[in-house]
Amino acid sequence: MHFLQQAINGLGLGAIYALIALGYTMVYGVLRFINFAHSDVLMLGAFTGLYAAPRIGKLCGPESVTGAILVFIVAAAVCAAIGMTIERLAYRPLRNRPKLTVLITAIGVSLLIEFTGQNEKFFGSAPQAFPKLLPEKSMQMGSLLVSSNDVLTIAVTIILLIAMWFIVQKTRMGTAMRAVSFNQQAAALMGVPVDRVISFTFGLGSALAAIAGILYSMKAPSIEPLMGVQPGLRAFVAAVLGGIGNLPGAVLGGVLLGLLETFAGGNEYLSTYRDAIAFGILILILLFKPAGLLGRATIEKV
Amino acid sequence: MPLPGAKRWLLLGIALAVLVSCFSAQFNRYYLGVAVDVGIAIILATSLNLINGHTGQFSLGHAGFMAVGGYFSAWISLKIGPVDHASWYFPLSLLAGGLVASLVGLMVGVPSLRLKGDYLAIVTLGFGEIIRVVVQNTEAVGAASGLKDIPKYTTLGWAFGLAVVTVYVISSLVNSTYGRGFIAVHDDEIAAESNGIDTTRTKVTAFVTGAFFAGIAGGLYAHHKQFLSPTGFDWVKSIDIVVMVILGGMGRTAGVIAAAVLLTLMPEFLRDFAEYRMIIYALLIILLMLLRPAGLFSIPLKRRPTT
Repeated sequence: MHFLQQAINGLGLGAIYALIALGYTMVYGVLRFINFAHSDVLMLGAFTGLYAAPRIGKLCGPESVTGAILVFIVAAAVCAAIGMTIERLAYRPLRNRPKLTVLITAIGVSLLIEFTGQNEKFFGSAPQAFPKLLPEKSMQMGSLLVSSNDVLTIAVTIILLIAMWFIVQKTRMGTAMRAVSFNQQAAALMGVPVDRVISFTFGLGSALAAIAGILYSMKAPSIEPLMGVQPGLRAFVAAVLGGIGNLPGAVLGGVLLGLLETFAGGNEYLSTYRDAIAFGILILILLFKPAGLLGRATIEKV
Repeated sequence: MPLPGAKRWLLLGIALAVLVSCFSAQFNRYYLGVAVDVGIAIILATSLNLINGHTGQFSLGHAGFMAVGGYFSAWISLKIGPVDHASWYFPLSLLAGGLVASLVGLMVGVPSLRLKGDYLAIVTLGFGEIIRVVVQNTEAVGAASGLKDIPKYTTLGWAFGLAVVTVYVISSLVNSTYGRGFIAVHDDEIAAESNGIDTTRTKVTAFVTGAFFAGIAGGLYAHHKQFLSPTGFDWVKSIDIVVMVILGGMGRTAGVIAAAVLLTLMPEFLRDFAEYRMIIYALLIILLMLLRPAGLFSIPLKRRPTT
């Protein structure tokens, strides 16, 4: 039963990684670069939740379901706006520049958000307790102990994944996204508004990151401006593991990584290396199967 | 372009550094310390410039190599202890630190340099952090509490003498026939490969050479501050060096040296700067990439196409 218990915990963690990984992989799909600032958008989502929760709690009553949904929506909207702003100001002017320039800018944006957040005039570097959004319960199922947070995380993730599938496969915007990801120039020639599609992609990815940030904070003891770095890094590894640019791959990678990390953490010999596992997997996958589990190998054309 | 009379400049530079060092007892100790910092920063920035600038392989783990060299040479100095003329071993311990750092550079470089761009950056960042975590868990070098009471052997002469040597070696290397390979790899890897350059070998050479000098800088740093702590070598330190290279213009030796001097002096003379240092660095990176991607000191008219 210990095995099942760990599997449930791992699934809860993996669901969060999957949500973050989707943002990385979508942006990679349309722009072919890794948005280093994605993990910081997650942090901003968590802090939006921190500031919004008490005010919304006054409105809808503390720990109410409507309140919790409102907090999620507010954070997602704020972060979508932030993500689109970042894209507009920092990345769009560099669209046709060398890749290295865009990469350095992305690192710069990430550092800017992190260190501005650490400044005492903003969030400050001290950890802060995250408010309770919903009453926490643990259900006893046989010998299994399932926390309501894990159930919530998995449920929210499944709902969002279905929504994502619908957006990407069934809507006009989703079709445009796939077109831009397939061939940006051809899409532009066919009348796809490439700038709007890229902006939308950033907004969607950032909204997912915000929701993941709140789900992550509900489990974590406290939040601070560098909180996004670790989950962000692991979600990035998850995206690469599943095949970057591939949406189902990101989900698969996220869940796998969450499970691996939880099982390694439960093993007394491996637990000290828990943090090194993500990097170890990243290095191995990049060396042996750089296209990822579900990705297709691309041939470099000269 | 083999620099005209480069050797003469080298000798002149070293002679000047040693000469100034002889009179250094008369200088204000605080300014002397800052000057040594500047020398170390020049070594770090120039060596990273070889990897990130000339060869175009964006590495984010330079502080890791600095840590390896620093810890190793400090460990040697502490082992020899207060033996008479122990300072005589100082250059040897620096050399050993540099060699160990380059060995680690080889171990990191061979697998990770197969990767490009974003992946390389994140993998080197990871390796840099792994090095730091390993140091943090090694009892022999003080683990998390750090290494204390390292003898103070670093003088102005050593710091600037070695900075001159670093600049000389790296610019000669880049300007040699062999070193043209670095720039070829930077400009177009596929074209370089078609012209018979072993790109992997070239990249690894750049990486190992850069790591060697980073290790030497680490040794100088250890014997200057007399105290090493693993947290001093985290990714923020790597970013510090990266900012010097970007500000100076990747692949522009003179600009990078100027940026190293500027960015080392700035926090010393602007007290309020410390609080906002990293925010300003981040803004600087973004604005430079948007407005002057070839560096602050570049001449905007002469644009070299980059890949």
